[in-house]
Amino acid sequence: MRFLLVEDNEDLAQSVAARLRLDGHAVDRAATLGEAGDCLAAAPYDLILLDISLPDGDGRDFLAGQRRARSDTPVIVMTARSAVSDRIDVLDLGADDYVTKPFDFAELEARCRAVLRRRGGAGQPVVTLAGLSFSPTTATVVIAGETRDLRNRELRLLEILIAAPGRIFSKTQLCDRLFSYAESVTDNAIEVYVGRLRKKLEGSGTRIETVRGVGYRLTAE
Amino acid sequence: MNRPPGSLRRRLIWQLLALAAVLSLVMYLSIRAVARQAAEAGQDAVLGAAVFAIVEDLRGGPDGVEIDLPYDAFSMLGSVSQDRVFYRIDVSGTTATGYADLPVPEGAAGAAEPVFATVPFRDTDLRVAALASSVLVDRRSVPVVVALGQTRQGQEVIAARTAARAASLGLGFFALAAALALVTAGSALRPVDRLAAAVRRRGPRDLRPVDHPTPQELRPLVLALDGLITRLRTTLDRTETLIAEAAHHIRTPLATVRARAEIALRQAETPEAREALRRVIRAVEESARSASQLLDHATVIHRSERRVDDRVDLSALVGRVATAMTATAELRDVTLAAAPVAPGLVTRGDAVLLESALRNLVDNAVKYSEAEGEVSLSLTAGGREAEIAIADRGRGLSGADAAGLAERFRRGPNVGDVIGSGLGLTIVGEVAAAHGGRFALEEREGGGTCARLWLPLA
Repeated sequence: MRFLLVEDNEDLAQSVAARLRLDGHAVDRAATLGEAGDCLAAAPYDLILLDISLPDGDGRDFLAGQRRARSDTPVIVMTARSAVSDRIDVLDLGADDYVTKPFDFAELEARCRAVLRRRGGAGQPVVTLAGLSFSPTTATVVIAGETRDLRNRELRLLEILIAAPGRIFSKTQLCDRLFSYAESVTDNAIEVYVGRLRKKLEGSGTRIETVRGVGYRLTAE
Repeated sequence: MNRPPGSLRRRLIWQLLALAAVLSLVMYLSIRAVARQAAEAGQDAVLGAAVFAIVEDLRGGPDGVEIDLPYDAFSMLGSVSQDRVFYRIDVSGTTATGYADLPVPEGAAGAAEPVFATVPFRDTDLRVAALASSVLVDRRSVPVVVALGQTRQGQEVIAARTAARAASLGLGFFALAAALALVTAGSALRPVDRLAAAVRRRGPRDLRPVDHPTPQELRPLVLALDGLITRLRTTLDRTETLIAEAAHHIRTPLATVRARAEIALRQAETPEAREALRRVIRAVEESARSASQLLDHATVIHRSERRVDDRVDLSALVGRVATAMTATAELRDVTLAAAPVAPGLVTRGDAVLLESALRNLVDNAVKYSEAEGEVSLSLTAGGREAEIAIADRGRGLSGADAAGLAERFRRGPNVGDVIGSGLGLTIVGEVAAAHGGRFALEEREGGGTCARLWLPLA
């Protein structure tokens, strides 16, 4: 996904951008509302991550302005205040969702996904591999004309594996992507989800292979 | 001067009683004095008439002045009481008959009218009337002075009787005044009691100005009270701002720490480093959550003081919370189902607070659910109440009770591995109370917890 990150705190912006890039997202940074406007004029974004207090104005005014200008790029507000009333405020102004700093990136990703799904998944590609057709935004796979729903972790697991078919991912790597770091899970927890996903992929001509002692990979027959 | 102020009521009563006592005493004394004067005037009238009668009957005869005491005069005196009567008739300066030692009031000589005086005589007091006149004897005018005295026992008896009456009248007056004083003190101080009761009835969070109707004299007190309330509100507002700012300044660097830690964790080579970084992330999460819940708590307290009283569409609210929390639930592979949600249920209150309470309950249910679990959110109407139930198949309560868990920073015995602040249910409890509702947590049959929130329907 392509993010526009509007955040004036240099440290935080750098860290968040770096962290999102780790998950394979493209991130452009804007430190002011002015810069954000320039970025939006220059390129399309899947999502805007918007801080509220910025040096040249209030993120909420920017948001309201965007919506007035009929720009419907999804916006997730990052708030540091988390005052109950602030939250509702931004939703009323047209934000799609909000996260409270410091945010869990797994949660941020889940929220982004939910937002894009609510928006109808416009422009989100369908990935195909052998007899498998995978639509991340609708969280479904279509196999031989049959649509199967994926749960969140199955979806994310498939997303990771299908991004690089044949590449071996370690349990640790997969765990890092599947679970929030704040959760206490062992690497073996991944086995459950691999098992479930295998079942969902049956008949697709793809399979998840266990590479003993190393990890898993997705292969097409 | 620095005595403790004591009771205003008692002071008022004592003062009114003292006033009543003084007035009763004055009344008693004046009645007695007037009665005495009246009795004296009565005696004087009789004495005067008798003296006149005696003087009338003095005639000049061949042997000088003929004295013929008119017995009607004496009987007139006797009719008044059993008092003894003394007389003295002086002719040309010497006592012709009667008691020579009976004192004659001064000034009797030249007066045309009888002169009266109270004088000591022998072992008693006498009221004496004296009248000077002259009698023609051989065409010569001979001066005579007639003095008539009477003891005052009758008068004393009358005075005593009147005094007794006056005393009982005074006592009666005092008793009546005392009763009125009690009533007056009560009714004068009733507005104070009412004001005190109105202030006392307020909830601990109610910081609106006092708008109770009060008499003019209490208005300075009410103004002072309102001033105090305003200052308190200002302090609370400032505290809230402070917490919000503190949260902001804590959260931003924490967000950086968290992002950096996640990046480092991705790149960590050894399990030890990974474990250490996980701990960092958990600690960040924990402090962030505490900051966030403390702020929410402060907001809840602040807003419940303001007593927002809007119509809140509970059905829409439940739907909104379900949508908002779906991502959180999905992240843990928990299904969040909102059903059944009765349409068109409306309560009165503060939508922001209610949403905060609901989010806390759903967040708890999701947090303590196992992966693949289901959390159901329902809204039903029963009687005059709406019931919102949030049920999960999580780990249950392990015997902890809702009231205990609603205490600040209190967490259940079985949740050590899940990050939490111990403020979520405190917030829920406070929101329920602020809306005249109730909140309960119970263990579900077959495992899990059900949280119920009852709110009065508008």
